[in-house]
Amino acid sequence: MYQYDNYDQAMVDARVDEFRDQVKRRLAGELSEDHFRPLRLKNGLYLQLHAYMLRVAIPYGTLNSRQMRALGDIADKYDRGYGHFTTRQNIQYNWIKLDEAPDLLADLAAVEMHAIQTSGNCIRNTTADHFAGAAADELVDPRPYAELLRQWSTFHPEFDYLPRKFKVAIIGSETDRAAMKLHDIGIQLVKNDAGEIGCRFYVGGGMGRTPMIAPVIADFVPPLQMISYLEAALRVYNRYGRRDNKYKARIKILVHEIGADEYRRQVDAEFAHILTLGLEPPPAELERIKGYFANPGFEADLPDNVDLSDPDFALWVDQNVHAHKQPGYAIVTISLKPAGGIPGDASADQIRLMADLARDFALDELRVTHAQNIVLPHVKKADLYTVWQKLDAAGLANANLDLISDIIACPGLDYCSLANARSIPLAQKISERFADIGRQREIGELKLKISGCINACGHHHAGHIGILGVDRKGTENYQLLFGGSEAADTSLGTIIGPGFNEDGIVDAVEKATDVYLAQREDGERFLDTYRRIGVAPFKEAIYG
Amino acid sequence: MKILTGNDLPSGDVIWWTGEGWSRHVDDAVEVGDEAQALIAREDAARRVNGAYVIEATRDGGSVRPAHIKERIRALGPTVRLDLSLKPADPAAGTWVI
Amino acid sequence: MVDLVFADNVLRFRDDDVVSDPAVTVDAFVDAVSGQPNASAVRVEPGDDARALLPHLDRLALVEVNFPAYTDGRGYSAARILREHGYTGELRAVGDVLIDQLSHMRRCGFDAFVPALPISADAAAKAFATWPEVYQKTVDGRTPIWARRHPVA
Repeated sequence: MYQYDNYDQAMVDARVDEFRDQVKRRLAGELSEDHFRPLRLKNGLYLQLHAYMLRVAIPYGTLNSRQMRALGDIADKYDRGYGHFTTRQNIQYNWIKLDEAPDLLADLAAVEMHAIQTSGNCIRNTTADHFAGAAADELVDPRPYAELLRQWSTFHPEFDYLPRKFKVAIIGSETDRAAMKLHDIGIQLVKNDAGEIGCRFYVGGGMGRTPMIAPVIADFVPPLQMISYLEAALRVYNRYGRRDNKYKARIKILVHEIGADEYRRQVDAEFAHILTLGLEPPPAELERIKGYFANPGFEADLPDNVDLSDPDFALWVDQNVHAHKQPGYAIVTISLKPAGGIPGDASADQIRLMADLARDFALDELRVTHAQNIVLPHVKKADLYTVWQKLDAAGLANANLDLISDIIACPGLDYCSLANARSIPLAQKISERFADIGRQREIGELKLKISGCINACGHHHAGHIGILGVDRKGTENYQLLFGGSEAADTSLGTIIGPGFNEDGIVDAVEKATDVYLAQREDGERFLDTYRRIGVAPFKEAIYG
Repeated sequence: MKILTGNDLPSGDVIWWTGEGWSRHVDDAVEVGDEAQALIAREDAARRVNGAYVIEATRDGGSVRPAHIKERIRALGPTVRLDLSLKPADPAAGTWVI
Repeated sequence: MVDLVFADNVLRFRDDDVVSDPAVTVDAFVDAVSGQPNASAVRVEPGDDARALLPHLDRLALVEVNFPAYTDGRGYSAARILREHGYTGELRAVGDVLIDQLSHMRRCGFDAFVPALPISADAAAKAFATWPEVYQKTVDGRTPIWARRHPVA
């Protein structure tokens, strides 16, 4: 994976110095909170319900073991012994002190990490396919392009005060594991008939209060013009995105209001101009970055068989292990979703254990998934049993990937100052109700996603079953949505009827799965059955 | 009654105005009446609080109950990590917020 | 490169005289009939299209770009567009211009600053020196990191 050179290191070090000075000025009263807030937000530091929260960037969700270990140590040193992996492949800490935040950033910088632009109205941390460089179905490894994008977007002087936040995702296979079309910009690396790589730009997707699926704005941009195209796309947004209403300020509203064709026309005009300026890094720079992502040390001629005689292990392999492009290797996903647990939370000890496993068994790499799980991308099949045993001993061998208890949930009203209702207790109750793994596997793939407010950090619009928490006259109320998907068949869920209280929504979810089990045809997932039979039978069972 | 809350500037801790200073415990909160805006301006300028604001609450004997669930969760701590809340020994503390 | 100077309440990276002509609106400047076709200074508001000035760059000595609120970043694009099209006169950021934005403004082509709340020359000089290197090529002439990594012989 990528390693900083002196230039990269100097940038994050400078950022630590700058933030240390800003914190000093705030504590000394030289900066008001109004002026300090956007500065701390650009370093991922929020003021949440109980304390400051710090969001650390994990560029395109990729970490090495040393970085992962540092994240565990930071949880102990600056927080209360745990961290929360987020739907944007980052980690956040819930109990940070303002006067210690600069030291924390310095500790991050020591392992080539930072919290730059993890909040604020700027280009946020780029996300990517969490199986990049490992997936058997991969066409192009998106990570070198994501790293190019990371450097370009870091401290971009023109786009630091955009109308609203800006999220970019990049993938390189037909299978979309990054919810790419639900981003401000989604880039899919494709190949044309001549075998040349190009960037397909989807612009104007997003969730939030006005969910939209991004249309294709450019079908094939040469990779060595990717940065120039981004400059053009962002400039049009910076100049013409709405600033009169923060709820209409995302690029999806601009693209929707002027239309994809007009937006494309404006970007094309700007792109033609920008191509004359020579802003693009040279081919040698992309090649330099690619060098870091070449073969991480795969061994040849490894055995491809796995002894599945232990039934619990076999179950986990079936559910949580994916095919690798390299013979003899497999991709392991560690579920952070134990029954009754807090989705995405991991203790400092668990974080360090995962770091050790990556160092010893996964060619030193880890990934964070947007579904709030952790990936060991390169595990020898011969090591799978050992890895599973070590995970099991740490409570990390939950064999529920993509099942109903593999729930995405935002922090909700337990932590977040924007939330209207709690998300985590619902996730806990649902995962306990369906704790029986045999029952979960009978139901099969079912992506359940919970948000505690309309901002949709829990991706409720994109859940096969989505749940949205609202505030109804001071009490928590939950709306149920069906039919969303963030995969290649992207769709937006719709609210099926009146909301429920906490227990009511758990019952409603169970009734929905009963309808599905009774009505499904061969090979259908919950989502497929819902799409085929429509909402009526579900409403009948739930409200009838 | 109306009480005043905010966060401690360096630590971020949730704090409540006691009439003389700031406390981590909502039960120490007092009615602020008409003084609130002047108090906020003074305490904010002295950097003894960050982002102070007034909320509705009721007092019943020695305990103060904010009117809105968000403020009750602020007063207690995360209901899913009661071990980290202000009432780690009370397993029923979570029901107080509802 | 010209050093930072502090003259007539303007922080500048220019050694020519400070332009003191009154700045007119973009509409007045470009409207040859009812406007002020002899003006040499113009004030760009966030909602103005800086491209309207492009046919008239040769008669401009000063462009003021107003930041009514520092959170409105349209002025950064306006500045870059003017520089990218060859404007060489004074490009002045005015209004809610804060120390933490100075470095980015300079990178987008501003070479003069009149903050509503004055910033000392020392503090400004420190702010301009925040970033030892830069990742992007813009209009300030700085060599981006990618070019340093791959020097052209």
